[in-house]
Amino acid sequence: MIDIKNITKKFGKNISLNNVTTRFNGGDSIALMGANGAGKTTLIRMILGYYHANNGTITVNGLDPIKERVEILKHVSFVPQLPPPIKLSVDELLHFVQKSSCTSREMIYHYVNEMSLDIKEHLHKSFFSLSGGMKQKLLIGISAAKESSIYIYDEPTANLDPRARENFYKILKEQSNSSISLFVTHRIEEVKDLVNREIYMDLGEIISDVKL
Amino acid sequence: MGLESVGLKMNNLLLISYLDLKESIRSKWFLVYSLVFGGMIALFFIAGITESQVMGFSGLSRLLLMYIQITIVILPIFILITTVRSISGDRDSHILEYMLSFPISLKQYYWGKLIGRFITVYIPVIFAMILAIVYGVIKGAEVPWSIFFLYTGLLFALSSAFLGIAFFISSFVKSSEVALGIAFFVWIFLLAFIDIALISLMMQERFSEELIITIAMANPMEIFRVAAISLFDPELTVMGPVAYYILDSVSQANFVLLSIAYPVVLGIIFAFLGYRIFAKKDLV
Repeated sequence: MIDIKNITKKFGKNISLNNVTTRFNGGDSIALMGANGAGKTTLIRMILGYYHANNGTITVNGLDPIKERVEILKHVSFVPQLPPPIKLSVDELLHFVQKSSCTSREMIYHYVNEMSLDIKEHLHKSFFSLSGGMKQKLLIGISAAKESSIYIYDEPTANLDPRARENFYKILKEQSNSSISLFVTHRIEEVKDLVNREIYMDLGEIISDVKL
Repeated sequence: MGLESVGLKMNNLLLISYLDLKESIRSKWFLVYSLVFGGMIALFFIAGITESQVMGFSGLSRLLLMYIQITIVILPIFILITTVRSISGDRDSHILEYMLSFPISLKQYYWGKLIGRFITVYIPVIFAMILAIVYGVIKGAEVPWSIFFLYTGLLFALSSAFLGIAFFISSFVKSSEVALGIAFFVWIFLLAFIDIALISLMMQERFSEELIITIAMANPMEIFRVAAISLFDPELTVMGPVAYYILDSVSQANFVLLSIAYPVVLGIIFAFLGYRIFAKKDLV
């Protein structure tokens, strides 16, 4: 469970999150929507423990994301909007994932294969040198293989072709019903079959929270 | 805390170091960095430095003296510009956001990066000296082992100091462009501005000579320079009257020990301050 109580986050004079209160329970699959600057990315970064709140509290499974980040992140999978330009080889990146979060390499291969990508052919290439779609498929495969209880996807289908999107949705449907899935998206139609809750944000506030 | 937990923490620290080391070794800057130090030694041999004699120094001693004099200038700037972007660059490019979404503590990430980067910057410098010694032995030159080992210590100390300073800058600067600017300023300040300012103060006789010399010796580049000279010239005669202030305060042996210990401690202090800032600030 993710419990967000009266969270305010400011960057200088700019208020990115303004007294936000909400709760995500196991089984929730949420579409988090809103215009640019609405506070969606700030909210997920607060959950991941990247930002210190100016006010309010966040707990993830009862733990503080800043003080107990390692314990929380054992159960969190995250796919960013744009794959970062990591200069490690694919093999090294997978080694990092395996060692840091006890994820099975065979499971990563399995899920990346589900995304129609044979990553074994590219193990010695730099992650940075893969195409945008390949990078995103690999990150999705890693996130699925981690078998977390919380999945956070920030515009995960931005670099994917229609077939890869279908594969991604298929993987999501296989995930445990008791997990929390949080999709940051601008296009509700892309995730409408996957979510059971829609949250709209604007100017750092939640303006609508509808259970479907 | 169980042994398994300690082992896991160590594993993650070493994992980050190992990956940073591998990434650095493949990078173009590391190639240039290694070529500069290795090439410098090769150039000295080609130029016949070992056969020349200046101020009584000849052979490998003469070569090491020249190597260390050039290293004083270029090692700090190389360390600063290649390291100062290690965290701020990862932050800029959103690598930090992704890598820290895995269960790695900030302590493991920061110190792991620092250890990996230290090995990267220190090995080419030492390797170039070893190259010189091996080539010298092949040529039948006498090896000045005491100077070699003391230079190894001094280079370790200088690398520690500037690595700590670089990580400190990297921890609070949001943009890697600004980090580079600050790194360049730190280098030029320690290399030249501080000396010019102190000479000016000394000429105006506004402060005591002891105070000015103490401030000068607080500069890790300056203490390295004087310690390097003291190995060849224990009485520091080339420095003139300043030598009396230094050697009256501490013996030559203690001065060399101080010149190794002080930059290491300085580097550790800056690295710790950097970690404190890194852990307390927003990460991305």
